[in-house]
Amino acid sequence: MHQFTIAELVKGLRNKDFSSTEVTQHYLDRIARLDKTYNSFITVTADIALQQAAAADARLAAGNAPALCGVPIAHKDIFCTTGVRTSCASKMLDKFIAPYNATIVENYLNSGVVMLGKTNMDEFAMGSSNETSWYGPVKNPWAIDCVPGGSSGGSAAAVAAHLAPAATASDTGGSIRQPAALCGLTGIKPTYGRVSRWGMIAFASSLDQAGILSRTAEDAAILLNDMASFDAKDSTCVEREVPDYTADLNKSLKGLRIGVPKEYFGEGLNPNTAQLVEDAIKVYESLGATIHSVSLPHTHLAVPAYYVIAPAECSANLSRFDGVRYGHRCENPKDLNDLYMRSRSEGFGAEVKRRILVGAYALSAGYYDAYYSKAQKVRRLIKQDFVDAFESVDVILGPTSPSPAFQFGSKTKDPVAMYLEDIYTIATNLAGLPGLSIPCGLVDNKPVGLQLIGNFFAEGQLLNAAHQFQQATNFHQQSAPGIE
Amino acid sequence: MAVDRSDIAKLATLARIQISDEAADEAAKSISDVLALVDQLQAVNTDGVLPMAHPLDAVQRLRADVVTEPNQREAFQAIAPATQDGLYLVPQVIE
Repeated sequence: MHQFTIAELVKGLRNKDFSSTEVTQHYLDRIARLDKTYNSFITVTADIALQQAAAADARLAAGNAPALCGVPIAHKDIFCTTGVRTSCASKMLDKFIAPYNATIVENYLNSGVVMLGKTNMDEFAMGSSNETSWYGPVKNPWAIDCVPGGSSGGSAAAVAAHLAPAATASDTGGSIRQPAALCGLTGIKPTYGRVSRWGMIAFASSLDQAGILSRTAEDAAILLNDMASFDAKDSTCVEREVPDYTADLNKSLKGLRIGVPKEYFGEGLNPNTAQLVEDAIKVYESLGATIHSVSLPHTHLAVPAYYVIAPAECSANLSRFDGVRYGHRCENPKDLNDLYMRSRSEGFGAEVKRRILVGAYALSAGYYDAYYSKAQKVRRLIKQDFVDAFESVDVILGPTSPSPAFQFGSKTKDPVAMYLEDIYTIATNLAGLPGLSIPCGLVDNKPVGLQLIGNFFAEGQLLNAAHQFQQATNFHQQSAPGIE
Repeated sequence: MAVDRSDIAKLATLARIQISDEAADEAAKSISDVLALVDQLQAVNTDGVLPMAHPLDAVQRLRADVVTEPNQREAFQAIAPATQDGLYLVPQVIE
């Protein structure tokens, strides 16, 4: 049953081949049996899941259920869920019971989607390896000594280990696409503003965007249909109709213009990864697409600009954690300053503190223009690179990550080495564009991701290009060794 | 630009974070590494380029000035570390 895709589950539930309760119980059993190995869940919501499944079965029996009714998924623990701990993988929020649902959680509730639990992640989504979680690292199902990527590492490992058929995730600099690449999954980060951020704990508000980790592009399209919505409660959410993302999945790619940026194939790219991306380009040619060399000349400035803007926004966003209204509070504070200082110092982990300090530096008097304002100007140059490239191509193609999954501890001592993990994904967030990653083969028995970047609001076209690739290849059907 | 222990102490105070003496050297080193990375920005000419705060250059939406949210004080204070009579408790600030 855990081999089924979301599309197959939707069909099976509708045909009464199985009930939502059966599917949900099956996944809960797998989680209970196998997740000790992976640590992909922070909280398993078995009771809620079974209640939601019973309600979904009633709706299905009544015959007027929405498409996704009864399908179980997991939520990244960055999304607020009423009555359920929402920790953001931080000690700061270890005892935080959210008083409301994130809009995307509410959207899925309305669709009858069942929540299996809350998945592990890097603390406050700050990391590319899931090693900064207060609840411990997540293991990659493909290679147990390697990271699953981050920050949505728990969502990725859960789907790759078939502990959930799909999971929600969020992407500030690559946090959906990089784990998708390292765990052999499909992961989509929509256009900034396409999906509501309300109730998604903020890291860097101008970059954060919710999205999906799934096994196929078709599943991502089905799930995005219900995740995306206009939401007046998120002032940056875009008021624009949500199309049916499944409508164009089967469109031919004949004449699709694919741009390949030469900057994405430079120094630092694993040659075997590069070869698999080259092979994928040939697949696209065989499907009728035309390949064009493009240039994104400011690519090398994306990581530097990001590590000013993201920490600056993080230091502002995380100032709300003060030990007063919610979250961790130190014992016996001697005065208000001591309450702030010790609550924050005890509640935040090392990487979060580092980014807060970098952000405080970039925003401090005398450095604002040299760092923050400068980075925002460079951000516009980076966006303009894409605007220029999309004058002549429809989709941009390249690697998702420079190399396959790396071993635990191999980059934790050197933050800059860890930051370069997102060298091909960060520019998309800075520009606000949609991007996705799909599997395109294995290197040393570990998955490699192919990244597709689309124009603003071209999620349907990206999913079409990804689905057609998956019709022509079987990389997305490969499971990690030992995962039956 | 490199930062030293005293810079770290100043930043930590600004950010209300304690950094122990032992951790200050490590923090100074790793944050200097990050700043060395971001210093690449200084090499690019951005004369005449407007800072970009939002990918779609969107502006704040306006709405009618009416109450839309109900009072949920009890629900929100239920998750607070310390409250009394509907107020949040903190250490005494005024003697």
